[in-house]
Amino acid sequence: MEYILLIISAIFVNNVVLAQFLGICPFLGVSNKVQTALGMAGAVTFVIVLATMVTYIIHVYVLIPLHIEFMQTITFILVIAALVQMVEIILKKISQPLYQALGIFLPLITTNCAVLGVSILVIQKHYTLIQGVVYGGATALGFGLALVILAGIREQLELANIPKGMQGVPILLITAGILAMAFMGFAGLV
Amino acid sequence: MNQLKNFTKGLVRENPILVLVLGTCPTLATTSSALNGLGMGLATTFVLVGSNIFIALLANVIPDKVRIPSFIVVIATFVTIVDLVMQAYVPSLYATLGIFIPLIVVNCIVLGRAEAFACKNSVLSSAIDGIGMGFGFTLALGVLGTIRELLGTGSVFGHKFIEGDGILIFILAPGAFIAFGYLMAVVNKIKKA
Amino acid sequence: MAKIESSLKNMVLSLTLISLVASAALGFANDLTKKPIEDQKNAKNTSAIKQVVPEFNNNPAAEMFMLTTEEGDSLEIFPAKNGEQIVGYAVKSFTNKGFSGFISMMVGFKPDGTIVNINILEQKETPGLGSKMTEPGFKDQFKDKNPGSFKLKVIKDDGEVQAITAATISSRAFCDGVQRAYSTLKKGGLI
Repeated sequence: MEYILLIISAIFVNNVVLAQFLGICPFLGVSNKVQTALGMAGAVTFVIVLATMVTYIIHVYVLIPLHIEFMQTITFILVIAALVQMVEIILKKISQPLYQALGIFLPLITTNCAVLGVSILVIQKHYTLIQGVVYGGATALGFGLALVILAGIREQLELANIPKGMQGVPILLITAGILAMAFMGFAGLV
Repeated sequence: MNQLKNFTKGLVRENPILVLVLGTCPTLATTSSALNGLGMGLATTFVLVGSNIFIALLANVIPDKVRIPSFIVVIATFVTIVDLVMQAYVPSLYATLGIFIPLIVVNCIVLGRAEAFACKNSVLSSAIDGIGMGFGFTLALGVLGTIRELLGTGSVFGHKFIEGDGILIFILAPGAFIAFGYLMAVVNKIKKA
Repeated sequence: MAKIESSLKNMVLSLTLISLVASAALGFANDLTKKPIEDQKNAKNTSAIKQVVPEFNNNPAAEMFMLTTEEGDSLEIFPAKNGEQIVGYAVKSFTNKGFSGFISMMVGFKPDGTIVNINILEQKETPGLGSKMTEPGFKDQFKDKNPGSFKLKVIKDDGEVQAITAATISSRAFCDGVQRAYSTLKKGGLI
């Protein structure tokens, strides 16, 4: 039961993009087609779940016993960088078209604040390993949701008449703002 | 490139947030007040300048294949230093900025400048590039923070200018997106003019 | 860009070297900032303690001890004394049930278990809603109440606590934190 609450809260109530402001760059950059958005969401989910596991284990079994918690930032980001490299290699082997479609945004998952952010948050919220992984996975789902919704809206926006100054990033931001407002409505769920 | 041009490009022509659209996460998250925005900007500037200098210094001894991980280690080191120093000397700002301080390490501006500039230029140019970009970032954060704080609470830096409660949504999530969106629209209009 | 070739030996060497220097620099920075950070923490604790217990003349932060909660976590307990006599206990409690998660609070009790005052240390609740838990308008209703007889739940849950309008979750979380503090003191036999 507690896990269901955790999941609902992470996806809807405290959506990682629309409420916590993590993962904005790919949110703005990879959301132009629903297909690519889905591919990106999948890759990010994979990385976040793995990263949460590995960083948690390192924090609890290496950093804390050795009293070097201040090494958290360096170790976490290096773990994430390594995982992303791994995902790149795997993706190249099993799905060339997706690899091509994601292009530069694949290595950029390393700099996706959602990945590092979630790893740090799990530690800060004093979650257990399982809670942390569930939270990570749910957060990634929330990321995917936000991305796909925005991609859907963008595909529609292409047919609309947007004022010159608003074209490009500004209209996306305003759209995101309205989405964020809508998501605030989920507040009563939990 | 002459150093004055090098410095000012980060302020306006190539402002990291408003023109290059990098570093959007902290822009949205830490601008709920002018002070927070400025604090974030200055912390990031410190990391940017430090990492630019060291990466420029080490550029010739880092083999090409491991340059990204090496840059990351250098940047993460400066971020941790900023984190520890802020924790020790400005704890309330540190608590407000929260997770976004360690997240400076994935701020695309920092890695972006390291990759695009610092590893190909002199130490002095890289330092000045870092200062310019950092100040540009801080400037944009300060402006957005001021707008949001003024509209959302009627005060700026804690000093009340407008009586009453303000439009609360501006210091909440949707307000961040909307305020940033309109700011960028204004910038776009000015650019095209 | 690089004048050194990317042979395996060079890559490993340079990465290792940079990592070593970085770690050393950080270890150094950590040592330098350890005391100021500790001092900040103590100052923050002491100022919070002052606001939640009756007047004291000892150093509660220095006499801090830990007690375990019913769930197995540990809470910091700060005894406030006047001379040799205990005038109150400040308990650094928490709850994870806040709307935005973790909330940390300092709850002050008299030796008989009556609440003196509560100070919120850390919270990320919604501004204008849950964040109102820091205001006297909400907090003051807990003063002089003894959780032994006062039902520490919101009225909706059959309790006696007036929740913050439109912020039931935050209010519930607040009660959870205070209850944790009281139960822990009781479990430790202090009240």
